Amino acid sequence: MNKQRVGLLWFVGSLVFALLMMLIPLPAPLQPFKPYWPALFLLYWSLEAGDQRVNLGLAFCIGLGADLLDGVLLGEQAMRLCALVFIALRFRSRLRFFPMWQQTLAVLALLLNDRVLLLIVRTFAGESLPPPTWWISPFIGAALWPFLFLLMDDLRMRLRLQ
Amino acid sequence: MALAREESSPLFAGTVAGTLRLIFYLALAMVLMVLDHRNGWIWRLRYTTSVLVEPVYRLASLPSAGMRAASVAFSDRKLLTEQNQRLREDLLLANAKLNRMAAVAEQNQRLKELLDTQHSLELNVQLARVIDVDLGTARHRMLVNVGARDGVKKGQVVIDAHGVMGQVVEVMPRTSLVMLVTDPDHAIPVVIERTGLRTVAYGSRDGGFLSLPNISMASDVHPGDKLLTSGLGGRFPPGFPVGEIRSVEPAASGMFLEGRARPAADLDRSEDVLLLHDLAEPVGPPEPVTPAGPPSDLAPAPAPASSAPAPARNTNAAAAASAGTVTP
Repeated sequence: MNKQRVGLLWFVGSLVFALLMMLIPLPAPLQPFKPYWPALFLLYWSLEAGDQRVNLGLAFCIGLGADLLDGVLLGEQAMRLCALVFIALRFRSRLRFFPMWQQTLAVLALLLNDRVLLLIVRTFAGESLPPPTWWISPFIGAALWPFLFLLMDDLRMRLRLQ
Repeated sequence: MALAREESSPLFAGTVAGTLRLIFYLALAMVLMVLDHRNGWIWRLRYTTSVLVEPVYRLASLPSAGMRAASVAFSDRKLLTEQNQRLREDLLLANAKLNRMAAVAEQNQRLKELLDTQHSLELNVQLARVIDVDLGTARHRMLVNVGARDGVKKGQVVIDAHGVMGQVVEVMPRTSLVMLVTDPDHAIPVVIERTGLRTVAYGSRDGGFLSLPNISMASDVHPGDKLLTSGLGGRFPPGFPVGEIRSVEPAASGMFLEGRARPAADLDRSEDVLLLHDLAEPVGPPEPVTPAGPPSDLAPAPAPASSAPAPARNTNAAAAASAGTVTP
């Protein structure tokens, strides 16, 4: 019982941490290299815990929260995270048993897809095309993925959380 | 346990219900986006949820504030001494300039009194601290730690020691959002200091620069010219430095010259900024004069049928209307 509660706390805590990481600024030259943290953590949880914890409703709520903090356009990240989690959940049974490099490539594809969605939304909102450095972020996210995955998995094992 | 659940959802064929749910959520998100784009709800929502949102900003700005504090704590003595020395020199120079200006300002004041104008050189400002969070809009906006409770209003001008930074666009109870002059949506009326040429400086899409897309071909503009606010439009008070022209070249259309300017303010590095309190003096045609007539309490009493008493003392229009009823 207690263990379950700690597990839930760990889950919620990691998502809140992801939102905070999104807001924390990097020094100006590193700014384009910032990965999209909420997506990475949601991906981890949707691969790890599947739809008993992560579902579309949760992704939508996290996205709305991120939108509220970002203040750009209400619903934008909600839509992106929904699409991301949907794809991840649908191919979960495949993705989980991929070797790490294939999983990383899959994450890269998902993050690139996310950027394309964002580009579409921003174009409809009448904004200009972003600079080429804007496309670096998904690659950084994918490069960080193995470390994030192993770290989170290791911590989960150590804490013996579900 | 995991395997047992796997069987209920076959490997690759997703269920129809899942797809329907996705469509539902995507549609919901799109409706929200369209409504927000049209009405700007997100700021009203943020204002109402500011109890939750503002602490998160403070929390997210802690690491960079900590870094700054650490850099002060661990920076070596020599660096600090140098910085201190430089600041002292700056202060000395600024004080010397101020002392020289004081006489000129005094004279200016007297001359202006002679001319019977209201323009003043005094600044009524409020100090604010920048909250360092990443708002995901390519660094064209920033949060400051004063809000509606501190008397901040939408449209106030934000400056730093070197020039105009931008203006307040959204206000929450304890924080407010500032749009920087380099935002692509921002425009500021400027005048070139050397020649007095008036034009408009827009934010640029590639960030960090101002763009002046419509300088006429014949005009005399060189790299190095300083830009000041012109005060036209009534939002920015006149005479504040905005930037310095870096390059001038013919625009793609061939009809105008296009200038690029570097903002004068330290947009990336400022920690403390100033919010101007008095808005710019109104520019434009003088206000309509209230027509001289008999005092309004001599006007015939309004018919008792009109239930709402007209605020005749307050508005010019009402005064004019009541005067109009008397004159025949």
